[in-house]
Amino acid sequence: MKKFQNKEFARVTYLFVALFLILMAYIVYFNITQAKTLVNSPYNIRQNAFAERIIRGSITDKNGTVLAETQVGEDGQEQRVYPFGAIFAHVLGYSNDDVGKSGLEAVENSELLTSNAFFGEKLLDAFQGKKNQGDTVVTTLDANLQQAAYQALGENKGAILVMEASTGKILAMVSGPSYDPNQIANEWSALNSNHENSPLLNRATQGLYAPGSTFKLLTALEYIREYPDYAQYSYFCEGAIQYQDITIQCFDHTAHGLEDLRSSFANSCNSSFANIGLLLNRESYRKTAEELLFNHKLPSVLDYSKGSFVVDNTTSDGEMMMTAMGQGNTLVSPYHMALILQSVANGGTLMEPYLVEKVTNHTGTEIRKNVPKSYKRLMSSEEAFQLKEYLKAVVDEGTAMLLTGQPYTVAGKTGTAEYSMTDGEKMHSWFVGFTNVDNPELVISVLIEGYDGNDGAKAVPIAKQILDFYYSVP
Amino acid sequence: MVNIIVELAKYILILFMGCYTFSCFSIFARSHEDDQKRILIQQNIFMFLIQFVAFMTMFLKKQDIKILALYAASAVFLLIFIVLYRFLYPGVSVLIVNNMCMLLCIGFIILTRLDYTKAIKQLIFAAMGAIISLIVPIIIKKLKILQDLTYLYAGCGIAALALVVIFAQVTEGAKLGFTIAGFGVQPSEFVKIIFVFYVASSLTKLQTFRDVVVTTAVAAAHVLILVFSTDLGTALILFVVYLVMLYVATQQPLYVLAGMGGGGLASVIAYHLFYHIQVRVSAWRDPFANYSEGGYQVAQSLFAIGTGGWFGMGLFQGLPDEIPVAAEDFIFSAIAEELGIIFALCFILVCVSCYVMFLNIAMAIKKQFYKFIALGLGTGYIFQVFLTIGGATKFIPSTGVTLPLVSYGGSSLLSTMILFGIIQGLYILNNNEDEPVEKKREREWTDEPQRKSSKKKKECKKPRFEEVPKQRVR
Repeated sequence: MKKFQNKEFARVTYLFVALFLILMAYIVYFNITQAKTLVNSPYNIRQNAFAERIIRGSITDKNGTVLAETQVGEDGQEQRVYPFGAIFAHVLGYSNDDVGKSGLEAVENSELLTSNAFFGEKLLDAFQGKKNQGDTVVTTLDANLQQAAYQALGENKGAILVMEASTGKILAMVSGPSYDPNQIANEWSALNSNHENSPLLNRATQGLYAPGSTFKLLTALEYIREYPDYAQYSYFCEGAIQYQDITIQCFDHTAHGLEDLRSSFANSCNSSFANIGLLLNRESYRKTAEELLFNHKLPSVLDYSKGSFVVDNTTSDGEMMMTAMGQGNTLVSPYHMALILQSVANGGTLMEPYLVEKVTNHTGTEIRKNVPKSYKRLMSSEEAFQLKEYLKAVVDEGTAMLLTGQPYTVAGKTGTAEYSMTDGEKMHSWFVGFTNVDNPELVISVLIEGYDGNDGAKAVPIAKQILDFYYSVP
Repeated sequence: MVNIIVELAKYILILFMGCYTFSCFSIFARSHEDDQKRILIQQNIFMFLIQFVAFMTMFLKKQDIKILALYAASAVFLLIFIVLYRFLYPGVSVLIVNNMCMLLCIGFIILTRLDYTKAIKQLIFAAMGAIISLIVPIIIKKLKILQDLTYLYAGCGIAALALVVIFAQVTEGAKLGFTIAGFGVQPSEFVKIIFVFYVASSLTKLQTFRDVVVTTAVAAAHVLILVFSTDLGTALILFVVYLVMLYVATQQPLYVLAGMGGGGLASVIAYHLFYHIQVRVSAWRDPFANYSEGGYQVAQSLFAIGTGGWFGMGLFQGLPDEIPVAAEDFIFSAIAEELGIIFALCFILVCVSCYVMFLNIAMAIKKQFYKFIALGLGTGYIFQVFLTIGGATKFIPSTGVTLPLVSYGGSSLLSTMILFGIIQGLYILNNNEDEPVEKKREREWTDEPQRKSSKKKKECKKPRFEEVPKQRVR
């Protein structure tokens, strides 16, 4: 046997010491990157441990109007109170010991259960055996606009989202039917078993709908990308298109006559877009859809459903025609459509939407502030510019002329998506758009389920009602 | 008021633990005996301070006199143990005695917090273990034939493990042990030690390649039986211990590579063979996706660590009881949750300090058999620490092994204390052989495994292995 040396012992020592250094580095990394998510996990009942020492903080709108607060009774009993009841139910969510948390109450849980009150005050509280007051979450929501949107939605099922275009701040998010978060514990089982109306579902972010004609925006974008001479596109609409054994009709069988891409878009001409569908490359179409975040995760702090776009090389011609005009198998949430419109408004760049303006301690001293940041470029600025022109045409001379001649300008797209239910054919009514077209101000996305031809349930007048309120039109 | 003290105590504990940990390594850099003596005394002071502060906090929080009783009993126990060990064996490695007591002390604290009855039992086991570990060095010294019992070790080890396979009850997917007179015994804890003796004695006699094959076959038999009784943690420990010992003995990295290859293949087969391994692996990949199926444990452990953060929740302020088998397999998470990640990292470093000292001793020893034993036991110890902490932090899949000296469990505690006793015995033996007639006075307080006492200066000459600790520390 070889003469024995200690070299191997030293190597083994180094190896294990290195192993532990890596383990320790991992633990540090873990705590920095993942701890906050874990603290907020709905499975983590440790949140309640914080609540034993801290009074849950308030949530306010951007002007300081209280949207949720914890009131402490004479007997020390705490109660979470939502002054606006059902109006903010989905975006704020609820916080209840028995049924858990949702919405911003869940997302901002650790902020609300952290106290950055002044040290002296905390010390005093501790001496008196009192709980510390948790921090306040100041949202980007506008309570007045939210109320206006809630009223505009009325009894309809659907969702409304209003966002500041240049920053991505969400100003209003309404989903109907709603519920009263003050009564969440009492009504819990009834709300959960209401499968017909699903009141707990946040339709704005979680509802998935056929996009209808709003999807023509994406089809037009794809056509522009594939055909540099798109300005020369022309089609003669006779009110329907016949291809092999498929017939697609324009809305109300209107014959639009000779159209270019712009007027096809403004008229929301199904026949012309079905025709375009036959001209598109399937793989490239899918790529464009995915660049617009279909089949991908969305920037969102609230729970959401991914948009889905299923065209591939095996897709039939008929399916392509349907998809191009927004029927097909495509599904999208009102939130997702708002993101696409926002990027068009911002020259192709998507600003990351956000709901929390800042966190302050309970006396209003700022702890941290969110600033607008860009998330991703979804299209080139030339493409965005061209699409903006088409969206303007929809309002100026097309299907959304109701919005023309107002003190504010709008560019947008209407949509009517057919779907069948047991009680017969029904339609979803869409409007997506943005205001102050030259320097976009608001992005609005309205979806109304089960439109039955009644004007009160149509997306465009509802959008108008909200915009009239915002721009103080009597 | 109590809350302020608890909050303050949290930081004091971290401070003391930090000081203790620093001294564990700074001592390697000191060459003056007086300095070393001073540091070792300081370590005892820090340990007793940590114990005092922790138990006082728990008493204030619970206002239960039982906690004070346990404090007194455990403090007296630790004091007697330290004094007795040094008195009986002047040549003992005081750093190892100190570290051992520190780990026991942290174990008492966290067990008192988790389950008072278990803490009492643990103290009783520790007292038994202390007596045994005080006797062990004498046995090592007197029994000269230890080296020749190769086949007795192998026979005992395999027989003990086989008994478990045949008779043991299944707990949590693994056959671990049986109950004798009301006490659960886990033979595999002790087989870890016997196995090291077998491999050491066999490798000492290593002559031909055939010897390597035979030794490997017997070692593999141990591992396979453990895999059959689904005690994968112990199987893995024996496997790694064997590879390390074989590498050092043969100085042949190829064996290690071959071993790792074989081990890798075996794990893949085991993965497909045993359902409970698949559960653990999928729980490791994504504990939240597999929450209801095995992910629960790991998820709770991560919640605990993440919620505790750098400074911890403070004793009795978190919810470590929510982690299944917190007192046994996941005690590290309980420590991290209530005492903080910084404390937990210091704790890891204390374990590493033990290991560095073990390997130091292994290098200083001249007799090959003893060298291998110190190496094997040291490696088994540190790898077990790695498995349990890595499992609790999701660094590796959890294998369900205990944290030596800290986790609740008689077999685990006794076997670890015996392990520490053996290494102390080897250390003392080597010192005595080194300087049979030298004055004993001089080595009383020092940690130097070997020293030329002819040097008149107080400076003690470092042995030839000094490279390891010095580079680590500076």
